[in-house]
Amino acid sequence: MIIKGNIALSENGFVFNPATGDSYTINNTGKEVLILIREGKNIDQIIDSMLGKYDVDKTTLERYLADFINDLSVNNLLEE
Amino acid sequence: MSKLVFEPPTITRLTPGVPSKHGVGAVISPMPSIDGVKVDDLIEKYGSPLFVFSERSIRKGMEDIKRAFSLRYLNVQMAWSYKTNYLDAICRVFHQEGSWAEVVSGFEYDKAIRNGVKGENIIFNGPGKSAEDLEKAARNGSFIHIDHLDELFVLADICQSKDIEARVAIRVNMDIGIYPKWDRFGFNFENGEAWDAINRIMINPRLKLIGLHTHIGTYIMSTDAYRIAATKLADLASNIALKYDYFVSYLDMGGGFATKNTLKGAYLSGEDTMPSFEEYAEAITSAILNSQIKPDKLPTLILETGRALIDNAGYIAGTVLANKRLSDGHRATIVDVGINLLFTGLWYNHKICPVTNHSGLIEETTIYGPLCMNIDLIRPSMMFPSMKRGDRFVITRTGAYNTTQWLQFITTRPNVVLIDQDRKVHLIRKAETIDYISENEIIPGHLA
Repeated sequence: MIIKGNIALSENGFVFNPATGDSYTINNTGKEVLILIREGKNIDQIIDSMLGKYDVDKTTLERYLADFINDLSVNNLLEE
Repeated sequence: MSKLVFEPPTITRLTPGVPSKHGVGAVISPMPSIDGVKVDDLIEKYGSPLFVFSERSIRKGMEDIKRAFSLRYLNVQMAWSYKTNYLDAICRVFHQEGSWAEVVSGFEYDKAIRNGVKGENIIFNGPGKSAEDLEKAARNGSFIHIDHLDELFVLADICQSKDIEARVAIRVNMDIGIYPKWDRFGFNFENGEAWDAINRIMINPRLKLIGLHTHIGTYIMSTDAYRIAATKLADLASNIALKYDYFVSYLDMGGGFATKNTLKGAYLSGEDTMPSFEEYAEAITSAILNSQIKPDKLPTLILETGRALIDNAGYIAGTVLANKRLSDGHRATIVDVGINLLFTGLWYNHKICPVTNHSGLIEETTIYGPLCMNIDLIRPSMMFPSMKRGDRFVITRTGAYNTTQWLQFITTRPNVVLIDQDRKVHLIRKAETIDYISENEIIPGHLA
């Protein structure tokens, strides 16, 4: 799972895709996941990292990560 | 170190140049507690969903409306509209605050009696009173607001055959310059029906015309409509005095004041656009005071305000069940409060507040109830934060009509609690059980 190289992510949660001109807002947890993906972490590593920080159980986290990654994919932000 | 609250990660594409119909700057504030009691504690103890009423808000509403009217008019009497909310505990708070009972069925009448309201302090409205209802109300000295000529004749017959008298008023409908015109209830002012009914009552020795009543509609946003209605009703009263040298004791202006809820299709928020009690009071009392009624004969002003006194005091606390993306990418959140509990979801864009804080990022979301039925739609579209399964929320201003028009549909109805003025929580209606629902069913022998 790799974020497209040209995707810009700002400190305060704006995502910009210069290839399409689309911009997005992203919440704090979304930003954190995006940064972890960009750092090359896989799903298990992302889950481990977030479980240590957030008050959430693994099942719930997995479920919403799946949603989020699907949203990234639908919006053409991930490499095929 | 305590862990951070988890909000499901979300990403929302921005669409430049085309503002959504919600505009910008929508802020969804969290509501962690109701009257100082934590919503989480309420749900953990009483379950989800849960109806919550604030006694403090009810009493504050009564204080506000009484002040608005009594500052402008000498004799004002409130009558609690049972159909708006007839949970006994709620009715009793209103009765403690001095309200009479305004009922529209034999069932509601009996409820008022059981709540300790004296017969002579019950106003009996509605087009569907039975002969038994009428006789009981007449014997108890209640005010029977006659709705149609059939009722007038039936009541006259009862009084004649039983040798009793009845204290009556007539309900008058009229053109007050707004749409829709409510002419299905009562006698019409403009076409002479009202006078016909008055004449018949005045010549009947067993029927005592005590008052005149109108109820111009519901959720009336124009104070001018009330001014016109009060003017016409006062004209009728002064003309009765002229013709019969008889003075009615009260003018009942009914209910219908709007609340701060936002109606579906409204462009602006109800919080910004609805008149205050002071504005309604000014319109009604100035019309009566400026009428031809002599100052020493001014009748008592009765108000049957329901919705505007209880809507703000009611909440429904609930829990998110699921999230999904619809076929067009639109987010949908499924909650455990359905249209079976939130009948007013058909009329209002109810405000829904998460219990815990959120990141502030909101997305256009459809809020569905839990019923397996297409009608179960709470908000077709609202800006809402990302909430995960198990997260809790509060729907505000749900006190009117929901615990009387709720449906026993697909599932049972939940607990209802009242938070008293000392922040003590009282269970005022227990959650229904399958035994309660099935109690009145009878299985024929061949199916047993």
